[in-house]
Amino acid sequence: MTDVAALVDPSLVTIVDGELALVGSACGTCATVTFPNQTSCPRCTGADVAPHALPRDGTLWAFTVQRFAPKAPYVASGAAFVPYAVGYVNLGDEVLVESRLVTDDLASLRIGQAVRLVVEAIPADEGEAITTFAFTPVRGDER
Amino acid sequence: MTDVAIVGAGIHPFGRTPGVSGRQQGAFAARAALADAGIGWSDIQFAFGGSDSAGNADALVADLGLSGIEFVNVSNGCATGGSALAMAERSIRSGAYDVGIAIGFDKHPPGAFNAEPAQYGIGDWYGETGMMLTTQFFAMKIQRYLHEHDMDPSLLSLIAAKAYRNGALNPNAWRRTPMSADEIASSAMVSDPLTKYMFCSPAEGAVALVLCRADIAHRFAPKPVILRSCVLRSRRYGTFEVFSPSLAPERTAGPSTDAALAAFEQAGIGPSEVRVAQIQDTESGAELMHMVETGLCAHGEQAGLILDGETEIGGRLPINTDGGCLANGEPIGASGLRQVHENVLQLRGTAGARQVPGEPRVGFTHVYGAPGISACTVMTT
Repeated sequence: MTDVAALVDPSLVTIVDGELALVGSACGTCATVTFPNQTSCPRCTGADVAPHALPRDGTLWAFTVQRFAPKAPYVASGAAFVPYAVGYVNLGDEVLVESRLVTDDLASLRIGQAVRLVVEAIPADEGEAITTFAFTPVRGDER
Repeated sequence: MTDVAIVGAGIHPFGRTPGVSGRQQGAFAARAALADAGIGWSDIQFAFGGSDSAGNADALVADLGLSGIEFVNVSNGCATGGSALAMAERSIRSGAYDVGIAIGFDKHPPGAFNAEPAQYGIGDWYGETGMMLTTQFFAMKIQRYLHEHDMDPSLLSLIAAKAYRNGALNPNAWRRTPMSADEIASSAMVSDPLTKYMFCSPAEGAVALVLCRADIAHRFAPKPVILRSCVLRSRRYGTFEVFSPSLAPERTAGPSTDAALAAFEQAGIGPSEVRVAQIQDTESGAELMHMVETGLCAHGEQAGLILDGETEIGGRLPINTDGGCLANGEPIGASGLRQVHENVLQLRGTAGARQVPGEPRVGFTHVYGAPGISACTVMTT
């Protein structure tokens, strides 16, 4: 089981049926879903909002590749930097979540491909790697 | 309500000016604007000023004169300059003042902007895991746009090539060397599909504009430019904006569309009447999308306009005639005011080598920036 406490921000996730899930919020009034969890609704402004576990599977909506090293506080701004992909993942038409994308082949990423929630360790310039949520293409989905 | 005129325009060259502070550049632009209007600082009744990285704008009074006026510091992200102008315009249109100034200046360190998540209400994790970058947003927005509208990515190089071509004609621009579309396309990939020369860079520069009641404008300027409208809007739920850890599944019209619609409506002028436009080109994809978001054309019409040369200085709809952000860089405090400065010159007919032919009478500007703010103006002779 994933060590939630070790994640870069444990409040981003929860455990459902023994597996990691992102936790956003759902509005009791208008059903709007956001990520991360927040205490009021950005759509209807209501406060009847509760934590809501998000689907683990989704489709890639948009993506890009970060080719230059970001400045701090990114943990790999120096020698440890390797290019990485980020994208928005459509989770069951509930919400699009921005995430790092884990893949061995950056050139293979495609809009619409199936992706699934994973945990990624980002090696840092100094000290231990940090772990965070990410999505990775589902094997066999070559659309 | 009274109409508002722009009777003075001043600029400090954009780019990198070692040894000259942002504030000094701001004072330079302010003096130039005052001289252009034929007045002194003591004639200014109020000021709105903005700077993101170069100190409080009202520190300028130490250079310009401690005259006791109402001076408000404006801090509104990349729309800081546009916001300063909007507040100045309102101060005159409301009847509160007769003559005032909007000033913007900045001096950013080299390299990409490094925004702090906490300032945008986001947890530190967002920066630590490498997502707090405006470049990623722009890349994903244009990638999705090209996908949805089945458009050719080669347009991105053509837009950037036009910017550097126009910048070469502008003595105040930073990047004044023309570059071919091939060179732009083959430069280093920054965030796919955007290459190095498709992006503007943080930079330095300053602009000041003297505004007054239109009915007294003839006292200051032989050819005043009338600011018909100046509208600022922020994002609504459902838009796709920079620094968004999540998005709604369905898209809503963004702040650029909202601001442009309101600006045209308040001016009583339609987008089809625009003869010169300065629109936010943080990267070349932004120009492509903002052409549509501001109402200047419909989805899919951009390719024809660009390939036919209609967005060039000699075309039907000249866009970013001074080289835009791509050739001028982006000093946040000054960027939106630069666009208005350029339209003042174009409508006066004094833009020199980059003058739009045929005496343009309607100009439009649009600035957009983090975290989802847009300001638009409609100006006429």
